Amino acid sequence: MSILVYIETPGGKIKKSGFEAMYYGAKTAELLKTTCIGLIIGESDDAPQLGKYGAGSVIQVPYKGDFDAQIFTDIIYKTASVKNCHVVVLSHTADGKCLSGRISVKMECGIVSAACGLPEMKSHLCVPKMVFSGKAKAWYNILTEKGVISISGNSIQPQIIGQDVTPEISNIEIPASKIKVVSRKTVDGIVPLPEAELVVSAGRGMKGPENWGIVEDLAQSLGATTACSRPVADTGWRPHHEHVGQTGVAIKPNLYIAIGISGAIQHLAGVNNSKTIVVINKDPEAPFFKAADYGIVGDLFEVVPRLTTAIQKFKQGH
Amino acid sequence: MDILVCISKTPDTTSRVSFKSGDTEYNSDGISFILNPYDEWYALVRALEIAETHQGKVTVVHAGDQSSDIVIRKALAIGAEEAIRIDINPKDPFETAFQIASQVRSGNYRFILTGKETIDYNGAVMGSILAEMLDAPFIANITRLDMTGPDAYEITREIEGGEEVCVLNGFFVASAAKGLAEQRIPNMKGIMMSKSKPLQVVPAVPFNNVVSVEKFTLPEAKKGVTMISPENMEELVRLLHEEAKVI
Repeated sequence: MSILVYIETPGGKIKKSGFEAMYYGAKTAELLKTTCIGLIIGESDDAPQLGKYGAGSVIQVPYKGDFDAQIFTDIIYKTASVKNCHVVVLSHTADGKCLSGRISVKMECGIVSAACGLPEMKSHLCVPKMVFSGKAKAWYNILTEKGVISISGNSIQPQIIGQDVTPEISNIEIPASKIKVVSRKTVDGIVPLPEAELVVSAGRGMKGPENWGIVEDLAQSLGATTACSRPVADTGWRPHHEHVGQTGVAIKPNLYIAIGISGAIQHLAGVNNSKTIVVINKDPEAPFFKAADYGIVGDLFEVVPRLTTAIQKFKQGH
Repeated sequence: MDILVCISKTPDTTSRVSFKSGDTEYNSDGISFILNPYDEWYALVRALEIAETHQGKVTVVHAGDQSSDIVIRKALAIGAEEAIRIDINPKDPFETAFQIASQVRSGNYRFILTGKETIDYNGAVMGSILAEMLDAPFIANITRLDMTGPDAYEITREIEGGEEVCVLNGFFVASAAKGLAEQRIPNMKGIMMSKSKPLQVVPAVPFNNVVSVEKFTLPEAKKGVTMISPENMEELVRLLHEEAKVI
C-alpha cells in the first residue's frame, strides 16, 4: 500500500496549499511506514518540485479540459487502484470540496475533511480537525482499511525533505464531462485569503469605503491580504470575497490584524484559529479584545498609519 | 418541478461547547438547536425562488430523531411544501448522505441543494458524497444558480480569490454559500400553514459507520491580551517579530 496525494495546479502552478498537501502526505506515509505518490492532473512545469516535499514519485495525467469533479474523481480513484494506494490526501479548497467526498464513496472508505494537523496511529488512523467553528478540536478514527483526508490551508508548514523527481506520464483513460466551465475570474497578484499567512482586516469602524487607503497601505507594508467583516461586505464597501467570518471565508493566518471590528461571535468563528490576533479599536469594551493577543485602544485613523510607518522602518532594518 | 433541499440542525452559534461520554460526544443538554444557516438562508430560499418562478415544489429532507421536527417545521413555515425525516441520528456525513440517497432514488427531483457546511462539524462533504452516490455532478459553494432552459442551469461557484461560472444540463447536487439568496423570515401565515403540511417519517436503512470520534478537545485558553499604547507602534512591531514571531 501507498499514499496518493492529489495536487491542484491552478494556472499550471502548484500553490502553497499543494505543497502543504504533499508534505502532509509524506509525513503520513512516514507514520504508516510506506511511500507517497504525488498526482497532478493537467499541465504543470512545477511537478518535479513535489519530490522536494516528500513525493517518492510523481504521476502526471495529461488532461487539457476544465475542472470537473466527476472526471477528476475518476482519475484519482483509478490511479489509487492501479498504484495500490490506500490513503488519498488532498487540499480542502474549492476544488477539494467538490472531490473529497466523491473519492471516499468510490473507495468505500471513511473520510476526514478539513483536517488541521497530522494524523496519529491509534487503534486506527486518527485525524484531527477543528469543529464547532474553531471552538473545539475532534480526533476522528478512520474505521475502514482505506481512507481520504482533506487538509485545511495553513495547517502544516511544508519542509523540504527530498529532491526533484521526474514525473511519470500516465495514460489513464479520461471520461467525458457533463459540465462546461464558461468563465473563471480571480484577482491577480494577491494571495487568496484561505492561503494568506498575514491578513489585515477592517470593519465598520472605517466609517466608509473611501477610507480604505490606510488599510491597504498597512497590508502592502506587510505583504498581507486584505479582508473585511460582514457588514462591510454587505453594504458593498468591499467585495464579498474579502468577507471573513462564519458566513464568509474561515481563515487561520499566522497574523490577523482586526481594525475597527467589534468581534461579534460570528466574526470570531471565522478567524479564531489565527495564530496571532491584533485588535485595534477605539472602544476598550469591544469583545474582540478577549480573543486578541495584542490590543490597541485608540483612533484607528491615527494608529493604523503609525503602525504602517513602524512596519516600513522594521522592514528596512531587516 | 420538484426540488430537494437537505437540511441539518445545529446548535445555535452562541451555544457553549462541551462534551460527555469521555469527551466522545457533544453535550447537547440545555442547548437550543437551529436550522443550519447555510441550509436555511441560502439553499432553501434559492430553491423556493426557483420553484415559485417555475411552478415547482420544494421538499426538505432531514436525518434525525423526533426532536428535529421543530426545525423541519420552520423550513415548512419558510415555504417548503413537504418534508421527509429519516428516523436516525447520523454519526458522520457519509451516513447522512447514504440515508438521503436511499430516499432520493424513490423521488423525482430536478436538482438537490444543501448548505456549504454545517456550523457544528464543518465537514463540507455531505453534498459531494451524496452526488457520487447518485452519480451526479456536484458544485460546492455556489453563489448563483439560474435556470437557463427547461433542464439547463448556469451556476457560479466560489474559488480561491474569485469565482467560476459553469453550465450543465440535467440532475445535479450543489452546496449553497452566502450570496445565493437573501434570508427569509417565516410570516404568521407560513407558520400556521406549516403545521398541516406533510412531514413523512421514514425508517433508516442499515449502515456501518466509516469513522468514529476518538475524542473531542477544547483549545487551550488564550494567555490574555497584551495592551500596547496607541502611541507606541514600534513596540507592537517588536512583539510581533520577537515574541509572536509572525513577521
